[in-house]
Formats: sequence, C-alpha cells, structure tokens
Amino acid sequence: MSVLVDKQTKVICQGITGSQGTLHTEQAIAYGTQMVGGVTPGKGGSEHLGLPVFDTVVDAVAATGATASVIYVPARFCYDSILEAVDAGIELIVCITEGIPTLDMLRVKHHLNGTPTRIIGPNCPGVITPGECKIGIMPGEIHLPGVVGVVSRSGTLTYEAVKQTTDIGLGQSTCVGIGGDPLPGTHFIDVLQLFQDDPATKAIVMVGEIGGSAEEEAAEFIADHVTKPVVAYIAGVTAPKGKRMGHAGAIIAGGKGTAEEKFAALREAGAQTVNNLAEIGELLKDLNLSSS
Amino acid sequence: MNLHEYQSKELFAKYGLPVSTGRVVRSSDEAVAAAAEFGGDQCVIKVQVHAGGRGKAGGVKLVSSEEEIRAFADHWLGNRIHTVQTAEDGQPVSLLYVEEITDIDTELYLGVVIDRSTARVVVMASAEGGVEIEKVAAETPEKIFRASIDSGLGPQEYQGRELAFRLGMAGPQIAQFTQLFMNLCRMFEELDCSLVEINPLVITTDGNIHCLDAKVNIDSNALFRHPKLAALNDPSQDDEREAQAAEFDLNYVALDGNIGCMVNGAGLAMGTMDLVKLRGGMPANFLDVGGGVTVESVSQAFKIILADPEVKAVLINIFGGIVSCADIADGIVRAVQEVGVEVPVIVRFDGNSAEEGSRILAESGLNIIAAATLPEAAEKAVAATKVMAAA
Repeated sequence: MSVLVDKQTKVICQGITGSQGTLHTEQAIAYGTQMVGGVTPGKGGSEHLGLPVFDTVVDAVAATGATASVIYVPARFCYDSILEAVDAGIELIVCITEGIPTLDMLRVKHHLNGTPTRIIGPNCPGVITPGECKIGIMPGEIHLPGVVGVVSRSGTLTYEAVKQTTDIGLGQSTCVGIGGDPLPGTHFIDVLQLFQDDPATKAIVMVGEIGGSAEEEAAEFIADHVTKPVVAYIAGVTAPKGKRMGHAGAIIAGGKGTAEEKFAALREAGAQTVNNLAEIGELLKDLNLSSS
Repeated sequence: MNLHEYQSKELFAKYGLPVSTGRVVRSSDEAVAAAAEFGGDQCVIKVQVHAGGRGKAGGVKLVSSEEEIRAFADHWLGNRIHTVQTAEDGQPVSLLYVEEITDIDTELYLGVVIDRSTARVVVMASAEGGVEIEKVAAETPEKIFRASIDSGLGPQEYQGRELAFRLGMAGPQIAQFTQLFMNLCRMFEELDCSLVEINPLVITTDGNIHCLDAKVNIDSNALFRHPKLAALNDPSQDDEREAQAAEFDLNYVALDGNIGCMVNGAGLAMGTMDLVKLRGGMPANFLDVGGGVTVESVSQAFKIILADPEVKAVLINIFGGIVSCADIADGIVRAVQEVGVEVPVIVRFDGNSAEEGSRILAESGLNIIAAATLPEAAEKAVAATKVMAAA
C-alpha cells in the first residue's frame, strides 16, 4: 500500500518535449513509472521517448486513460497548464516548476474548489512510491520500499530524510514534496491524513521550515487525528527575520513563522522533534518499527 | 521587489487613492525648488529607502525654511540611514521626497496581504495607526479588523463599509473609504502585489481620508508580465552580494558568523546552517547553489562567500540527486584553483556518486577536507575556524 501513486498510476507529462520534461520523463520510465504520454501544444501526433505526444491534455486523457500529470513547463505558463489539467479531469497534478506568481496559485486554488483534482507543489521535488511510481525530480536510487511516510517542504532536505530511512532499512511507503511556495496545492495536513489512513505507513517524517503557519496547523492536526509516530524537523533556526531564504515561502514575517515556534507546537502536539537533521534516522530506529 | 514610497504613491494616484502632491529630488537645489513650487509655509521632506522606521531615525522632517531643507538634504544625500528595519550599516540615501503638508486629525492603519492559510487576499485595518502593526497584532489582536477577499468574486463594497464603520468613520468618510478599499484591492490584484501598506492612513483635520505613507511590494515572480514595474527596481537598495548572487541564479543571504556555507537546495542550506550552530559555530551566510551545480556557479559562489572577510572556512554540503557528486567535485577543484581559495574547504557529499566525488577531492592535493557525514562536516568546519583563530 501507499498513498497518491502506485504501480497502476498512469502518468502524462505536460512539457514533455522540453529539456526538463525529456530528462525527467526518461528517468521516470527507467524507474518503472507507467508513463503513458505527453502534451506539447503543436506537437500532437508525434512521438517522444517512445511515448505519444498530444496537443491537449483532454486528448491525452482520452487516448491513454491517464489520471496523473506532471508539469515541467516554465513558470509563466504553469497557471494555464494546471487549469488545463484540472478541466481535463486529471486527479493528481504534480507541478515541479519554481517561480509561479503567488496570485496565479491563489486563483488555481480557488478554481480547484469542488473539483476532484489534487495538486502537489509547485516548486517541489514531486511524489514517489518507492519501487512503484516516481513522479518528479528526486533521485530514485536513494529510496527503498518500506514503512515511513515522508512529507516535506524542501527538495534536497527530503532526500536527506529519505536516505536516512533507507540506511536504517525501514524504507518509505510514499514521499511527498509539498514544495517551498507560500501557497502550496497540498498542505502537510492533507498528507498527514493520507499517511494516517494508509496501513502500510507505520511512522511519519515531517520536514518543515520557517515561514507561514503550516507546521503549526499540522501540529494541531497531529494532536487531534494522528496516532502514528511523527518525527519532525524544522529548518531555519539560524535564519534572520525578514529575509527570504531561497524558497518563496521561507520568510519570517513580522516575527511570525520562526523555527522555534514550529518546533514548540510540534512537540506540544506529541511529535518527536530533532534539531539535528542528521538524527532523523536514529530517532526512527529508536521507535523499533518493523520494516515489513 | 520593494518599491520606494514615491513610486508606490505614483501607483496609488493611478488607482485613485488619495495622496499628497510631491516631487522626488536628488539635490538640495531640487528640494528647494520643489518646496517653492508648492508654496505655503511648510512642507515635509523624507528620505527614500527600502526600509520603515525612517521617522524615528530622523529621515522624515517637517521643514519651514530654505535653510532647513538644505540642511536636511545635505545631511542625508550620499549618506546612509540606519533604522530599526535596516542592517547595521543602514541603507544608502540618494533620493528625497518633498511633499505638501497634511493636517492630521487621526492616524489609522490599512494593509493588504496574502493569507497563506486560507489562500486569500486579506485587507487588514486598525485604528492604531502610525505604529508597528506587528506589535498591535501581538499585543491587542482584537484591534485589527480583517476583510477576506473571495478569489472568485473579488472585493465587495459591503466589506469596505464594514471596515469603515469598525474604524469609527462616519458620514461621507464611509463612501470615501469604501472607494479606497475597492481601488486598493483592484491595484493589489492587477499589479501582482505581495504586500501593500498604508501606515498611516489618516483622517485630515477637514475630515478627508488620505494616504500619508505608502509601501508596495511586488511579487518578483510576476514581473515578467509587468515590465514597467520591473523598471522601477532600485538596485542601490539591495545588499550588494545578494544582488551579485542573484545575477548567477544563486540565493545568498549574509549572516554574522565566520563559516561560509555552500549547499544545494534552500531547505538543506538552512539545515546545514542550523547544524553548524548546533556544533558551536556560526554560519556566515545562507547560499543555495540550486539544482544544476556547475563549475561556473560554484566559482561564483566561492567569490561571493569569500568577499566576506570574516569567513574562516567554507563548508560545502551537496546531496547529489540528478547531479553527480563526481561532476561537482571536478567543479569544486577547478573553482578552488581558479578563485585561489585560501581558507580550509570542508566538503560533504551524499547521494549520486558521492564516493567518487570524495576521491576526486582527496586526490586533488588541495586544502579540501572530506567529511563522511554532515555532522562530521559541521564539526570539522567549526574546528577549522578555531584553528584559524588560534593561529
């Protein structure tokens, strides 16, 4: 079992003929993801990487039965691409692109209300169920099928957490990068709920960072709804106030959104926290979970 | 992207928000001429910098003579102003704004932000104007009134009226404020703002509503569709090294410590800084070299980090995802030679081809210390700075 994606998930790529789309589609195919086609307006009817290319998402869905789409188009076109995928009935959109205007995402989220579509990202590494389906830019080889659900706002920091759970032999059920933007399509809470409901997930690693209040909201949710052990790490204890730390969403504004506040909220909610990111694996090991 | 007050007020005027007549000036002569143009006994003169707290720092003055104007202009132009919101060395002043005087009865606060939890634009208003709104929010949150804008329908007049009544307005002020509220929301949306603040919004002695200050931030990611706004950028107000880093698609933020950090990924970069501190050191900077690490970007990152004379060691932490650590190791070796790095460089690789990368570094014959784990790398970096300090 897993959440969001598995062996059966049929995936198309929007922007498949671009350099990023090509590189990561190749890697996804090599990993075993069921890539079934791609979309590049004007290139419909052609073939790329052995996959059929369509002019529109609607055409791609009709021909392939795809339920998931990964978006590698430039930031200025993402709003349009996302809405196209939503209106074509795609259930899971994974948007990797960084730099989408915040008000574009605000409009996307409004449009999403009442539709069955879920968006992961933008500005994220993607989602992977090890051994089954990789949608995104994460390196497949550091993953191991297993029991830890990983959810994170960061890319390489997620890989750190993943590698540690692999090194101790526990592996991952599914890893979800929700992205570093101020308005992510999917929040910690959504993924925590999925992991709580997933029988294969025995523990959860949550990696947050400064900025906003998503971690505090997650803490509240953990206290009320999550019975599985949660190991949490927050990056940015040393971040100065008022400075954007790389990610659009990583900023301590008006003294709110500090790592200390987030750590405190999570501890109070019963999550186990580590202030050294290299100790995530060790702490999980202490939980004595079995890896099957 | 931050705008100056005078730029923000020009945008306000275009959207029908009430602002004073003003002139932006670059010399004391121009300041005197602007004041003469307005006539009257007094005017206000303000330094134009990307930071609040100017008033308390002496950067805003009510002036009533040519001598006073010249004294103010000569003092500030070409100088730097330090306020509660600036770094220690302050912001450079090269522009002043001369404005007609406003007779104030009441000071209010009005701001527009994007609320991350609800994914909506929210207008905040308070009768506690002219002070730090963060302080009001922390100490007396009940004194801040909010209107949450429906992303589909946009702002509604009733929401403006509601805020007006809450702020204690009456009579024609209600319609005036509602109009201002509608225009402000329209501007926020049309210009891809990330923040608009009017602090203070004032009620004048003759009962009119007026924007005494203006602060507008534009979403940098949306500048591609606003070339005119992009042209308003004033690079003199940015940290020099941050601006230089941005040119090479590097994210850099200067900090106070002495361990330079170079990391791929923003989250991991923060995590690395935190670990340095946990091991008793202090990071000199945040630097995210991004996903596509190249010789060029590593060289630039070294140059930027080492431009800080405090840096006594550089800690490189790379988690190879798609990029192979072996390629990055080549890049580091070449960059260290090119830039002539003299401080110890501690490198930790993990992920894609990490072992091969470490081998390349070990065989380079350069002063590069390989570390097997991140905590070890942090410890070695801290130890290296202590050795340097003792030497």
